[in-house]
Amino acid sequence: MKIRLDHVVKTFDTFRAVRDVSLDIESGELVALLGPSGSGKTTILRMVAGLEYADGGHIYFGDHDATGIPVRDRGVGFVFQHYALFPHMTVAENIAFGMKVSKVKREKTAIAARVVDLLRLVRLEGLGNRFPAQISGGQRQRVALARALSVDPKVLLLDEPFGALDANVRHDLRRWLREIHRELGITTIFVTHDQEEALDLADRVVILKDGQIVQQGTPEEVCRNPQSAFVMKFLGDANMLQAQVRDGRAYASGAAIEVGGMADGKAELYARPADLDWSAHGPGIAASIDRILDRPDSRRVLATTENGEHLEFDVEPERPVRANERGFVTLRRARVFAV
Amino acid sequence: MGGMARGKRPPRVGDGPLVRRLLIGLVLILGAFLVLAPLLIIGVEAFSRGWAVFRDTIAHPDTQHAILLTVFTAMIAVPVNTAFGVAAAWSITKFDFWGKRFLLVVIEIPFSVSPIVAGVAYLFVYGLQGLFGPLLDDWGIKILFAVPGIILASMFVTAPFVARELIPLMQAQGRDLEEAATSLGASGWRTFFSVTLPNIKWALLYGVVLCNARVMGEFGAVSVVSGNIRGQTNTLPLHIELLYHDYQAAGAFASASILALIALFTIIAKVALERQGAGRVRRPALVTQPAEKAS
Repeated sequence: MKIRLDHVVKTFDTFRAVRDVSLDIESGELVALLGPSGSGKTTILRMVAGLEYADGGHIYFGDHDATGIPVRDRGVGFVFQHYALFPHMTVAENIAFGMKVSKVKREKTAIAARVVDLLRLVRLEGLGNRFPAQISGGQRQRVALARALSVDPKVLLLDEPFGALDANVRHDLRRWLREIHRELGITTIFVTHDQEEALDLADRVVILKDGQIVQQGTPEEVCRNPQSAFVMKFLGDANMLQAQVRDGRAYASGAAIEVGGMADGKAELYARPADLDWSAHGPGIAASIDRILDRPDSRRVLATTENGEHLEFDVEPERPVRANERGFVTLRRARVFAV
Repeated sequence: MGGMARGKRPPRVGDGPLVRRLLIGLVLILGAFLVLAPLLIIGVEAFSRGWAVFRDTIAHPDTQHAILLTVFTAMIAVPVNTAFGVAAAWSITKFDFWGKRFLLVVIEIPFSVSPIVAGVAYLFVYGLQGLFGPLLDDWGIKILFAVPGIILASMFVTAPFVARELIPLMQAQGRDLEEAATSLGASGWRTFFSVTLPNIKWALLYGVVLCNARVMGEFGAVSVVSGNIRGQTNTLPLHIELLYHDYQAAGAFASASILALIALFTIIAKVALERQGAGRVRRPALVTQPAEKAS
């Protein structure tokens, strides 16, 4: 099912949660709504679900205007952040609930068979008789997904699907969700504040800030070509240096970089920790090392330039750098944004 | 633990033997004098003139009527207040609307106002000199000094019980479950009966038990509006007072023992419900589902 948001607006009291958002989601696409808290991403998801109504604009499911259709009849599967499993029902009863209350009457045996199928799909065979309090967080998450899928939704909506899980479980569930999506081919939108999650999982990432879309594209597009300082900072660690643009070059603390086509004036230069390197001799940005953080696959160096700007960069694990060492930071690549 | 040499120290701050014995002793003595002794007296005095007098008092038509009236009042006031409590708790915890805080305060009023004040207020609203009194009198409807007044006054006094039990619980549970049920296609009624009610049932019963106990024992507000007509508008608590003023101490205590018996059943029901997780102790496991490692 293709979904289209057309100039959607939502205001809570005086807080403008969503300001004029237009978005096209192709049938079968897996889209991430990514943004910091308060960016309106959950509100957009809830409006697509029908849990909130838009103050302005339209939401189309296919060619059909779904803006005013209540959640009960909208045909979406919603997975809540804290799963919202019914605590007094077993796992199987939770999954069967949607089919039991549906306007479409189903045979008891058909429901039971579908529950077994769904339990197999989410790899929870044999746990049907447990109560939600008796299973782990990752298992609850999968029950919530099975329950949402039980009503054959046109769209699957997930609110911070892995937010309440620890890192290892999260990693496995991401892959698994991707597999399920490939298997079912259902249009899926999920909300997250975790860039890594959005980039790992989604076909397309929609980045939001203050209720507006600031950039959207495939993970490759948004990573390789961030169009604003906000996107650059939000997608990952970034160092910022004050810079001056003169004649197509940006100058910052002794480093210079080509910026074809940019107007002269003040600018901010951003570089990823992996885009900086350290050498004992110049040329480069003169700096001294404050501290070293050792990590399994690299060493993170925290340094301060002569101008008092703080930098973070990674060196290979075997590099013998030490605190208080003086040297030069070189710039492999960077992005410059006018201020 | 290397502190064996300091064995005389209290295990926790403030847990010295002197403090402990003093506090426990004080509470036991006060409890015995303030609560236990009066209860024992009821039992002793009820049978002081022998079993026959006790039986005669209970069997007396006025006492019988008082018991029936009390039960009848409870049978109306408790369900109405239960419905009110559920509706109030539901609207306060699941919806946002103008005047929500005001409603919360209004629900609490019967707790903070003396029941006598409530009774007098009803006199002014429904009495002959009151607001609606003349109108009701023209239509031949009698509220004051009749059963409707007793029921109204009882309802006023016990209005907060169910709502107060439900509001904190339903607030902690949030709206997620109802939203989930609706998104799966359940109707409003279906959501309430299949999802909301099962998760609040123990707290609801707890509130009903407390509400019932209070309705049956209510004296102040009812005494103002009932008119104390023997065999007509006398509830059990009013009947006890009447007997006592008639110098029928044994009769008064015999009737009082019935109320005490009701109280006993209430406490048993209350403890049983608290074991199911109702009351002020919440069940955090069912309210929030914190992050956990998958096994």
